[in-house]
This record gives sequence, structure tokens and C-alpha cells, in this order.
Amino acid sequence: MASFLIFLVIVLGIAAIVQVIRVFEISNFLQGEDGISVSPRETNSLRISLVLFVAGFFAFFIYLWVAYKQYFLPESASEHGAAIDTLLNFNFLIITIVFVITHILLAYFSYRYANTVSPKATFVTHNNKLELIWTSAPAVVLAIIIIYGLTTWNSAMLDTPDDSINIELYARQFDWTARYAGEDNVLGKSNYLMISATNPLGIINETKLKERLSEMDAEAAELEASRAEVYPGGKTDMEILDKIALKKKQKGRLEQMYAQGENEDYSVADDDILTKVEFHIPVGKPVNFQIRSQDVIHSAFMPHFRAQMNAVPGMITNFYFTPIITTDEMRKKVGDPNFNYLLLCNKICGTAHYNMQMNIIVESEADYQKWLSEQKKFFVAGTN
Amino acid sequence: MSGHSEPFITKYLFSHDHKMISRQFLITGTIMAFIGMIMSLLFRLQLAWPGESFSILNVFLGDKWAPGGVLDPNMYLALVTIHGTIMVFFLLTAGLSGTFANLLIPLQIGARDMASGFLNMLSYWFFFGSSVVMIASLFVESGPAAGGWTVYPPLSAVPEAMPGSGAGMTLWLVSMSLFIISSLLGGLNYIVTIINLRTKGMNMTRLPLTVWALFVTAIIGVLSFPVLFAAALLLIFDRSFGTSFYLSDIYIAGEALDRTGGSPLLYHHLFWFLGHPEVYIIILPAFGIASEVISCNARKPIFGYRAMIGSILAIGFLSFIVWGHHMYVSGMNPFIGSVFVFTTLLIAIPSAVKAFNYLTTLWKGSIRFTPAMMFAIAMVSTFITGGVTGIILADAALDINLHDTYFVVAHFHIVMGLSAVMAMFAGVYHWFPKMWGRMLNKKLGYLHFWITFICAYGVFFPQHFQGLAGVPRRYYTYSEFPLFDGLQDISILVTLFAIVGGLAQFIFAFNFVYSMFRGPRAPQNPWGANSLEWTTPVEHIHGNWVGDLPVVHRWAYDYSKPGKEHDFVPQTVPLEEGEVDGEGH
Ligand code: HEM
Ligand SMILES: [Cu+2]
Ligand SMILES: [Cu+2]
Repeated sequence: MASFLIFLVIVLGIAAIVQVIRVFEISNFLQGEDGISVSPRETNSLRISLVLFVAGFFAFFIYLWVAYKQYFLPESASEHGAAIDTLLNFNFLIITIVFVITHILLAYFSYRYANTVSPKATFVTHNNKLELIWTSAPAVVLAIIIIYGLTTWNSAMLDTPDDSINIELYARQFDWTARYAGEDNVLGKSNYLMISATNPLGIINETKLKERLSEMDAEAAELEASRAEVYPGGKTDMEILDKIALKKKQKGRLEQMYAQGENEDYSVADDDILTKVEFHIPVGKPVNFQIRSQDVIHSAFMPHFRAQMNAVPGMITNFYFTPIITTDEMRKKVGDPNFNYLLLCNKICGTAHYNMQMNIIVESEADYQKWLSEQKKFFVAGTN
Repeated sequence: MSGHSEPFITKYLFSHDHKMISRQFLITGTIMAFIGMIMSLLFRLQLAWPGESFSILNVFLGDKWAPGGVLDPNMYLALVTIHGTIMVFFLLTAGLSGTFANLLIPLQIGARDMASGFLNMLSYWFFFGSSVVMIASLFVESGPAAGGWTVYPPLSAVPEAMPGSGAGMTLWLVSMSLFIISSLLGGLNYIVTIINLRTKGMNMTRLPLTVWALFVTAIIGVLSFPVLFAAALLLIFDRSFGTSFYLSDIYIAGEALDRTGGSPLLYHHLFWFLGHPEVYIIILPAFGIASEVISCNARKPIFGYRAMIGSILAIGFLSFIVWGHHMYVSGMNPFIGSVFVFTTLLIAIPSAVKAFNYLTTLWKGSIRFTPAMMFAIAMVSTFITGGVTGIILADAALDINLHDTYFVVAHFHIVMGLSAVMAMFAGVYHWFPKMWGRMLNKKLGYLHFWITFICAYGVFFPQHFQGLAGVPRRYYTYSEFPLFDGLQDISILVTLFAIVGGLAQFIFAFNFVYSMFRGPRAPQNPWGANSLEWTTPVEHIHGNWVGDLPVVHRWAYDYSKPGKEHDFVPQTVPLEEGEVDGEGH
């Protein structure tokens, strides 16, 4: 029935178009002209329309600016962000000037040199002086932008201060976990082979490692047992065998890592703390985020702090900043008691990419310490 | 050769004639564009009214992907992905270059056809095959590729990562491989033709800028597409043969994968080594078309012909050393980022030169506002509007917060998407008489122009403001973030403009099809243009010119030259005693 209706609509649609064409043809709309010559009347209305268009475009620009400025990100809540905002304003000023001047010229030339008012063109092929000017003027402006921009970039990205607090941001489909390094400020080692239901970040300590090795044996045994239910030598059986082989191989790799890491102090992981949903940071202290991913690329985007860095499986990336405005202060500034700083995912990562968020609470050192002391250490939390 | 009638198959399907192949590219590209456009309207509905039920979504996508008329999040990502792929590659690479390189290179350099008609035909058929596979991928059970048009691994490499990374992704890679072959066959042919088949007198410094632009485009394509091919090949290996080029330490769907030692950043580098030149592969032909149309309709030589060639070459060269600006926050070493800031901002200089030269071509001209001219003026506007925001994004420090927000979406749609589309329209309106021997309707042209131009800015300009508010791109809905509630109005505004602008394209489609059969017959040289294509017979013939090839005596831009009878002097007219050619010195 539905497809019949669609069919009917299409047929009627085509019939309607044919009728419209007929009307057009009778009224000479489609045939009365050669498609080439542009009449003076048309030219005049077009040149005026172009001017109106550019004026309307500017008005639209101003309207959007005025109406939506309130939703722009508030002043930067991080130290380096202030420099970025100044740089942004500087660049905006320059490009707005360029944008406005060139559009005024475009509209003016179209208006002034339409063939109704400028019946004869002047034969000008080039002008070395002019061209030199408009090559070197952008070059100078760009040199300034480059130097200014690179200074800002270097100060934001290079040289993480030694006294930063280390926090790991761990991404997976589709949530974030923050890991605090604990009293020693050293994050425990991790390995993706360590990941299990009770250890989602794959953190290593001595007990956990041994536990994981025997867990892998158990998993292999379980797989072995499942072979009883399938046809021996069949496709499923072969798949299971492959999985068992992989399990053994991966166990071998963990064992090798353990053997090689004789002098490794795995106990640094013991005081690590994991949080979900929200994490806290103290105001005025540099925080060094070490960013990892379990599965695909994600991106740790903290727009209020002018901070973003991809989370890439197989490597640790980092971004540091110093928060300078507490959540409470920012709530007052933006006039919204429910305001929260956010961590978002900003690299397409699958179905629920649109909802991978954490709240960030910036508070005084004392509040931060208090909050931290209330959090359970992961291995204490995990093993009991 | 011209007289006797040819069988349908060799005339219309497996034609070796560049004019026919050009029309094939245009029509295939346009059909793909309509598909891509409808996709964008479908996902814009969701963005404006998230979670709302639209029966039209259900009609197009069925119960699986739009149950109850509400778009499924995976389908949202798939639509975004295929829309991007189609517009970037199928419309603006193959559709644009394929159409105008095929039409204009032989006609404007005075050649009887491409160097190899056979390879040229193959180029089209590989493109056709690639389009068919891409469309077929829409009907795969688990859905088409959905990892964004850049298809970054591991998302695209591991089928468990999302439904679209299964069979849909395989077809995407097959399609793109065919596409790359098509574009290499085409590009090599264009280069060889331009180098070898120019007619007597057609030195490189007399070539119309369209040919120069298409020439450099082809070179860029031939140098960069193989790198994408390598990237795709390694991705195919990772997907199907258990290698680990891009994969390391991945735990997904409850399993630790047996992959170590690869790096997703390798893919970033390979992809953007093509990806950035690719945006110039798209924009250079647009520049070429705009130069031609603006000069002809301003009745004035293009300003700074040599400077234009210089900037095309400079852009072509620089486009190879800026790819890292897509990777500032990818985990690449920030110091390398600094280098890319420098190179990226350099490329703004030749771009600015081009924009100024267009403006000065209008200055003191005698402008005739044909529909083609309107679109060319629009192109100058969009290129400037979109280009200036490139300066912001190029600054790595600013890109930290703008990367992957709507600001980027606004930037590249305006600078690349709109500019190239406007130029493509300009080209179609200008050369339609050459392609089909008939004129397009002018009034419908103006109507189409105004709706398109206004809606184009209406769609993309407001997105800058979403970007400045920190709104990320590629989100299925923003309703999980109260922070962005105030910006929902912008989403609605954008969608409304998109719908109206989309509908306006049917005016164009109608004008196109109607005029093909019933438009007024085109005269020999409707626009009073200088270049050689207007000296060929209106009815297409094999070999393009009856009798001998034309001989060229001057550059293509002698418009309104003092002391001449007409305001144009075709390239075939000999120089008079003491007359200087070109820019003269
Ligand atoms: C004026 C010179 C230009 C500069 C300085 C510039 C700079 C940039 C930068 C830095 C980005 C990356 C932003 C990000 O992902 O965070 C970008 C994105 C992009 N640009 Fe440009 N651009 C310029 C001109 C162009 C032109 C002429 C085109 C096309 C013809 C273009 C097409 C694109 C595209 C397609 C993207 C986005 C790709 C993606 O992430 O999906 N740009 N541009
Ligand atoms: Cu994510
Ligand atoms: Cu780029």
C-alpha cells in the first residue's frame, strides 16, 4: 500500500512538472530569450542585489555575533588559555578586517563596473607595484601571526613543569576514567593484556599480575572445555583453537614482561585512584594529563581550559595546564549555579561518541585534598 | 570520420571522445552529488530536531536504520561519512576535474583529443565502477562505512569497533581503490596531453588559466593519490590479513587483539599527505574556471596572468608540505606542529594573491552578469570568507580548541565545498553551450543562483559560532549537553537553509535536463570569448576541428584591447605589426 502511494505521488509529481513546463513555455518564460544577452534592466537589478547581499551578509554576521556571543566559551579557566584567547582575538581582528574590506570591494566593483555604467573596460594586464604590495603586505602580517602564534603554541605545549600533578585520562568506548597517581605522584604501569573485568585500565602490580596470569590459564581452560560442544576439526573448533593459542601467546608475553622487569617497582601502582563521572583538580597547580585509549582513537577535549589531545591506542599522549578559576568562581561568572567544566570526546569513536563526558571540578587545594582522601585506592577497592 | 553514424555503444557508452567522456563525468558526478545532498538533509533533520520522528527518514532508511522515523546513531555516522566521501571525491574531484579537464584541455590547447582516448575511457569506467560500489555499500546488512570520511583506524580497521567497520568498510576501500585508479589514469592523460599536444603557437605562457590549473591539479593528483592508495592498502592488510600497520595494544569487545607495534599516527600521516593536496585538487580547477569566467565577463584581461600562474605553482608545491596541520592534537610531537604552522601560513600568501587578482580583474571592467559570472563572483566571496578562517586554524595554539568543532566544518565547507561548487556551477553555465550545443535558461539560472548563494552562507556561516562555543562535530545529538542548549536555534536555522538550498538544486536539474533537449540553439561563440574551444563547430565532431588545427598567435586574454574592432580578440587572430602579446614587458 505504502509503495503504491509513493508510486502514485511520483506519477502525479511528474505530471505536475510537465504541466508547469507547459505553462512556462506558453508564457514564454522558457523560450522568449536566447539565454545569452543580459538586459540593462537585469544588469542593474543584479548589481544592486549584489550590494544588498553583501550588506545583508554583514548584518547577518553582526546579528549572529550579538545573539550568540553569550554562548561562546567563557574566559579561559587555565593559565595558558588566556594567551590563546588574546591570540584568537588578534587573529579575528585581522581576518575580519580582510573579510570586510574585500567584500566591500567585491560589491563596489560589481556595482561600479557593471556594463550598464561602465560600457568600456580598460585594458590593464598587470601592475608590478600593486602586486608587490599585495604579496608583501600579507607576508608581513602573516610573519607577525606566525611568530606570535608559535610563541603561544610553544608555551602551551612544551616543557611540562616538574611539579605537576599526574593524572591519567583513560578513554574507551564509551566512557572516560581518570586515574590519580596517589601520594607518590607516579602512575603505576599498565598493559592492555592486563585488562579484565576487575581491572579495566590494565594496571599492573605484583599481585594483580600473578592473578592475571592464572586468570589467563583459566580462560584457556574454559575455551578448551567449550570445544566439547562443537564438531571436532570444524570451523568453530578451529576458531576456538586459534583463541587458545592466542591466549597462550599473550600469557607468554606477560610472563616475559615480568621477567624482564625484575627491577621494576610495581608497587607504585598500589596507591592509584580511579574515578568516573567526575574528577577534581586543585586551582593554581599544573596538572599533567597522560592520555590513553583502550580501543580506538578518542580525544580528550576540555574546551573551558583550551585543552585538547587525542587518546591513541598504543601510545601515551599528554597535555598539561594550570587551572586558575575554580568551579564555584566560574559558576558566579557565568551566572549559572549548575555550570560544570566538561571533558568531552572529540574524535569520532563509534555509536555513542556523542555522549562520552565527565565533569571536572576545580577547587581549592584543601578541598581537593579532602576529596582525594575520601577516594578509595583502586587496588584496595578492587581486591576486596 | 564525422559523417557516418556510430553505434550507440561506442558513441554514448564506451566512447573515446573527450567531449562525451566529459559529459559522462558531469552526469555521474551530478547524480552522486544529489545522493550526497539528500544524505545531508537526512542527518540535518536529526541535528535540528534530535529524536523527533520523521516519516521521510523511515521512507529512505527503513525500519532498521530509522525505526519509527528516528534516525539510528550508527546510521547518522554512516550518512555523515558517505556524504563527505561523495562530496569530496565523487563530486569535487572526479566530477569537477573529470568534467572540465576532459572538456577543456583538448579544446583549449587545440588538440584533436586526449593523448590516449582509451585510457580516458577507462578512467571514466573505473570512476563509474567506483561510484556503483560506493552506492552498493549503502545496502550492506551492517551498514556502510561510518568512521568519518577520513576513516581513521583503529575505528575503521576493527570490525568490532562499530557496525559500519564491517563489510561496509570493505566496500568503501574497494570503491576508493577503483577511484584512485580512475584518477591516476585521468591525471596522467591530462599531463601528457598538455605537454605534448598543444597546437602550433600555444606556448605554456599562452595557455588559458583553466588549463594551467588543471595541469597542476593533475600533477598534484598523480603525486599524492598513490600515497592514499598505499594507506588504503595497508588498511586492507590490517583488516583482512592480520597485520599491524596501524594497530597496537587494542582491547575491544572483551578481547585483547593480537596486534602490536603499529601506529594510528602512521595512517594520519599517509592520509593527510593526500588529504591536504586533495583540497587543492578540488580548489585549483575551481580557480581556473573562475579566472576564465571572470575575465571573459568583465571583458578585461585576467589581472596578473603570470602572477596567477606563479601562485598556482606555489600553491601546488606548498600543498605537499602542510598536511600536519590536521594533526596538531593527534599526539604528533608539538615541535613538528610548529613547522607545519609555518608552512601552512605560507600558503596563505599565494592564496591572497589570487583573491586580489580576481578583485582587480573586476576593477575598471565592463561586467556582464551572466549566471556563470554570478557564480564566479560568489566563488571569490566564499574563497575569501572560508580562506581567512584557515589562518585561525593554521595557528596550532588556536587549533587546540577549534579542532574537530563546527568551526572546522564551517571553514572547509566554505573554502572548499562552496568555492568549488560555485565554480562548478559557473563552469556548467558557461560551457553548457559547448557541451550540449544549447543554451541554459538564464532566468532559472538567476533564481538558482540567488537561492543557492544565500542558503549556502545560511548553512555554513552560522556554524562558525557553534564552533566558537566549543560544539564538537560528528555528534548524533547535543541533547546530552545542557551547555549547548542555547545553540540549538542555530542548528534549526542551518537545517532550514539546507532544505531550501537543497530544493533549489532541483531548479538547476530541471533547467539542465530541459535545456539539453529544448534550450535555444547555441551560436558559435555565445560569450565573445577568446579561447580556442569557441572555434570548434557547435555540433560535436570527432577531432574537434574541421580541416587543419587552429594556429595560436596570442594569449587568451585580449579583452577590450585598445584599437581593436571588437572587445575580444580570439587566440587565432595574428598579431598586428608592433602589437605586443600577453602582459607585454
Ligand atoms: C588559506 C589557507 C588555508 C589554511 C591556512 C587552512 C588551514 C586549515 C587547517 C589548519 C585545518 C585543520 C583544522 C582542524 O582539523 O582542526 C584545515 C582544515 C581543512 N581545510 Fe583548510 N586551510 C586553508 C585553505 C583551505 C582550502 C583552500 C581548502 C580547500 C580547497 C581547505 C580545506 C580544508 C579541509 C577539507 C579541512 C578539514 C578536513 C577535516 O578535518 O575533515 N582549506 N584547514
Ligand atoms: Cu570517544
Ligand atoms: Cu589541510
